[in-house]
Amino acid sequence: MALKIVKGSIDRMFDKNLQDLVRGIRNHKEDEAKYISTCIDEIKQELKQDNIAVKANAVCKLTYLQMLGYDVSWAAFNIVEVMSSSKFTYKRIGYLAASQCFHESTDVIMLTTNQIRKDLSSPNQYDTGVALTGLSCFVTPDLARDLANDIMTLMSHTKPYIRKKAVLIMYKVFLKYPESLRPAFPRLKEKLEDPDPGVQSAAVNVICELARRNPKNYLSLAPLFFKLMTSSTNNWVLIKIIKLFGALTPLEPRLGKKLIEPLTNLIHSTSAMSLLYECVNTVYIDVNTPPLPSLSLSLCLYLSLPPQLCVQKLRILIEDSDQNLKYLGLLAMSKILKTHPKSVQSHKDLILQCLDDKDESIRLRALDLLYGMVSKKNLMEIVKKLMLHVDKAEGTTYRDELLTKIIDICSQSNYQYITNFEWYISILVELTRLEGTRHGHLIASQMLDVAIRVKAIRGFAVAQMATLLDNAHLLTGNMQRMGICEVLYAAAWICGEFSEHLENPMQTLEAMLRPKVATLPGHIQAVYVQNAAKLFATVLKSQEGNTDSTAAQETSQLMIDRLPLFVQSANLEVQERASCILQLVKYIQKLQQKDVEVAEEVSALFAGELNPVAPKAQKKVPVPEGLDLDSWINEPPSESESEDEQPKAIFAKEEPKHSRPRREEVDEKELAKRREARKQEQANNPFYIKASPSSQKVYQEAPGVEHIPVVQIDLSVPLKVPGLPMSDQYVKLEEERRQKERAEKKKKEKKKRKEKRSGRGKKHDSGPESEEDITPAHQVDIVTEEMPEKSSKHKKKKQKKEKEEKEKKKKKKHHHHHHHSDGGGEEAVQNGTVEEEEPLPVSVFFCFLPLTKVYDIQGNLQDGSQVVVSVIFENKCDSFLKSMEFNVLDSLNSKLQRPEGSGPHDGLTVPFQLPPGVSNEARFVFTVQSIIMPQKLKGTLTFIVKDSSTHEKLDFKLHFTCTSYLITTPCYSDAFAKLLESGDLKCSSVRLEGVNMPFHHLLARICFHHHFSVVERIDSCASMYSRSIQGHHVCLLVKVSAQTVSIDAKCDEPTLLGNVLDEIKQTFSQC
Amino acid sequence: MQFMLLFSRQGKLRLQKWYVPLSDKERKKISRDLVQTILARKPKMCSFLEWRDLKIVYKRYASLYFCCAVEDQDNELITLEIIHRYVELLDKYFGSVCELDIIFNFEKAYFILDEFLLGGEAQETSKKNVLKAIEQADLLQEFNIGTFKEIKIFLLGEI
Repeated sequence: MALKIVKGSIDRMFDKNLQDLVRGIRNHKEDEAKYISTCIDEIKQELKQDNIAVKANAVCKLTYLQMLGYDVSWAAFNIVEVMSSSKFTYKRIGYLAASQCFHESTDVIMLTTNQIRKDLSSPNQYDTGVALTGLSCFVTPDLARDLANDIMTLMSHTKPYIRKKAVLIMYKVFLKYPESLRPAFPRLKEKLEDPDPGVQSAAVNVICELARRNPKNYLSLAPLFFKLMTSSTNNWVLIKIIKLFGALTPLEPRLGKKLIEPLTNLIHSTSAMSLLYECVNTVYIDVNTPPLPSLSLSLCLYLSLPPQLCVQKLRILIEDSDQNLKYLGLLAMSKILKTHPKSVQSHKDLILQCLDDKDESIRLRALDLLYGMVSKKNLMEIVKKLMLHVDKAEGTTYRDELLTKIIDICSQSNYQYITNFEWYISILVELTRLEGTRHGHLIASQMLDVAIRVKAIRGFAVAQMATLLDNAHLLTGNMQRMGICEVLYAAAWICGEFSEHLENPMQTLEAMLRPKVATLPGHIQAVYVQNAAKLFATVLKSQEGNTDSTAAQETSQLMIDRLPLFVQSANLEVQERASCILQLVKYIQKLQQKDVEVAEEVSALFAGELNPVAPKAQKKVPVPEGLDLDSWINEPPSESESEDEQPKAIFAKEEPKHSRPRREEVDEKELAKRREARKQEQANNPFYIKASPSSQKVYQEAPGVEHIPVVQIDLSVPLKVPGLPMSDQYVKLEEERRQKERAEKKKKEKKKRKEKRSGRGKKHDSGPESEEDITPAHQVDIVTEEMPEKSSKHKKKKQKKEKEEKEKKKKKKHHHHHHHSDGGGEEAVQNGTVEEEEPLPVSVFFCFLPLTKVYDIQGNLQDGSQVVVSVIFENKCDSFLKSMEFNVLDSLNSKLQRPEGSGPHDGLTVPFQLPPGVSNEARFVFTVQSIIMPQKLKGTLTFIVKDSSTHEKLDFKLHFTCTSYLITTPCYSDAFAKLLESGDLKCSSVRLEGVNMPFHHLLARICFHHHFSVVERIDSCASMYSRSIQGHHVCLLVKVSAQTVSIDAKCDEPTLLGNVLDEIKQTFSQC
Repeated sequence: MQFMLLFSRQGKLRLQKWYVPLSDKERKKISRDLVQTILARKPKMCSFLEWRDLKIVYKRYASLYFCCAVEDQDNELITLEIIHRYVELLDKYFGSVCELDIIFNFEKAYFILDEFLLGGEAQETSKKNVLKAIEQADLLQEFNIGTFKEIKIFLLGEI
């Protein structure tokens, strides 16, 4: 019984190998997923067996299933088991499974390190080989770090089979564990000269890949590679070496000189296209393209291989019957086009030929090339060729691609290459006959753009558009053409807007009001209706001049008959416009019946021309006098009432608002950057009209609409061309025109030559005419950008402003210096919003003769015990003063800070001398312990009067009032209320009698002299706040009734409060 | 080289080799996208296409498409050569290879590829050397399989 079970399981063990699985999957096409899930169950069973052969078989099957897209990550550990089998057969399967299924996030990889190390050092080279191959697929940074040394040893293995693999895998190791590069590099370099060509080629491979990432480090190997290049015949190696030199040469231009010979030889001799392609591609293109354009120039010189050689070789590729070579040739050509447009342009014929290729990808490449190849001279020819292809092309995608390319080519760089816009309009009209294109919108926008911007073309464009409208049924005939009906939008608008150019406006009006129009999309109908009205105005104007008034009335009747169709439209826009215009026409009809002339007024509805306006045009319109764009039209609502009212009541006069727009704050650099970016963007935008110096015009400084710059352009070509023209005739016309121009030029030159017999003038031969010689028949209206002088003015203004602002800031900082001059401090500007860090002024001063000294005491917020006294010394006598020494008799509480090492009674040298009449400032720091009491410090100043060389002495007193320790600190009313409610504050109050001044003056005085800020003010009552340098809060409630001022005060330090109140009292008693 | 894919005209993957670390999900997405793109191309079109930031080089042999993805600076023609080399190797090894050979011996196809390319770089440009290495490794394996079969017969006979 037991034997039977064993036998059965062994049978099953072997009954499904990989081949069986594959066959089974092929036989279960209907229920593949179900079959595979049973297989996976079996595999799971097999993996549970102890027999390694069974396990290996299971893992092999799993590898196959993994390729089919099934998740086998659950078997990762079993894979490791199979990898560590001692039998090569199983090991091979295990490593294959690992290389297919493991990736960096597979955690069992950590377990493999030792097994791999063991395999790497196996005596069997195939064990080692299989381990290296596997490792190349799943190497992780950890594995790379742990095994780098083992692999490095293998690079010098006796068997080239192992050396080769070890060298190649080192590249992967370097990527994962860059630290290994330095120790491994000498050995890698050694391998470049390995006797085995396979190992050598592997080393070239690795170094080439490394050099691509960081060429600088491999310059020293250049001689070695040069030797290899001249000696090797292996194309694989040569390609890599050329790639390497492609990376090195930009760093060492001298290399280029050495390369000329071997490269030229290779290019001329090789039969391998891949090598030729590499030579051309790497050396000419990759090296010649930026980022090193200046170097590329020198390279070309050094290589002395003109780009023509390269282009000629590419021509061979393109002419080849092999699609692949053709494709690559075009690809390389488009890269060369960027650096050497001239040498590519001469192969125009070949590239045009490629448009006939049966391979679409080749045709598209050729189209890309053509875009870069057009010039004024060949545009018409190229487009003509493209138009032929449009007709032939099968498949709408390719045809649409052609269409967009034609428009791209023509409109690129602001229609730079178009010399005849009649031709372009004809092309656009021809394009509308394309079946089933999606790009009706694109054509329409081009028509509008050209008609609006090229004034001279309008008459022609209108005639063409009228024909289009007349034949609208051709465009809307079947539903497939819905994309193209977009052009009717443009046609209707152009005919309406420029209706004065229409030859037969009545006919067009009739065409626009056909019942068929109602089947068009809504937005087009809307344009129809609106422009029918414009046309109506034009028609009326022409008809009213006639003696017969019935014609005009008939026109109105036509409108009244046809418009109701649109009034019923489901589209709101159409409906609205139609009913407006219908009512208008009905009214006009009424007037007409009374024989009133209406044409003038009707056309006035649409008077004025729509001009393209530059984005910056608004700037050119000067702001009318008396209009302040910065002032509020409506005062913005304030956040809280109190804030809004009170500060203004006190400071409104002194503090003008500076509500400048934010924009002005942007600094100059940022602006310049943005301008640059914008210019860049505009340069790349084919639809942006750039300023061109030739068409600039000086504008008069007159205000109004006339000031918006629009350049008028004359043209030199007759406009009337009857009927619908074929664009081809323009090609001929253009030829003739150019020939004529050329002839004229020649004549002129001949004359010149005759006049100037020297014959050294410019010899413009009749040879190929240059780009500049071709003058355009029409020009595009140029909407100029900002004019340069304007912008500079603007800049200046800004700078000035910045300066002003800076000055203001300075003033703020040095505010306290001005205080000494005033007696009535209430007029002075008190800065209510100073930031906390800013030291605050104190206003006590004394005068001495012959020396004036003014000092300010500033609390230092960073350090609650420090006070900075800045003293201004002014020399009022006629002698030069020097060797000034400042000394103060320290008290227990306040000490002058002296430099280290000096005694407590030493004076401080004032760091300057004073010529007569000059003043200067010096600062002294005092340490104060308690600030709750005012203090007086006695001091002396000694100095030498230069003329008499005598020591003089001045005694002075420094008065540290309590208010000088206060710092104006803004406080919001809610914080203030909280503070009062907290109950930590002690109360005190004072009454001032006989104060005779307005309440806001009183508040201003307290603010100024005692460093308070107003928190809230209601009528004749105000709350105020200040803070000491040591953080005491001082709150005041000031009330006025009659001439009595009562101040209720709260502070967490009663002594300080008492002193402050005394000082306030004193301030008011003085006045 | 970033990766190599072999797939049938029906779009079934026959072999895949990734030389860049990518998650299973990404691999699946990439191969699905690519297979669709390439199968949609007309037979007369050239072997190269630009796809994302990679260059794809592919070639069809009988019912199988061989497709490689290389980086921008890599040489398309040499990649095409690598594909061709690989096909020649398979051909030599299996003796006029067909799709079924690769399906049923997919591990062999991998072994040959691994002897030819390593880490996405060509390691051996001589066909002879590649085949020699494979044959010798197979010899080792055949021996193993032989003994394995003997054990099987022996075991079954015993019971």
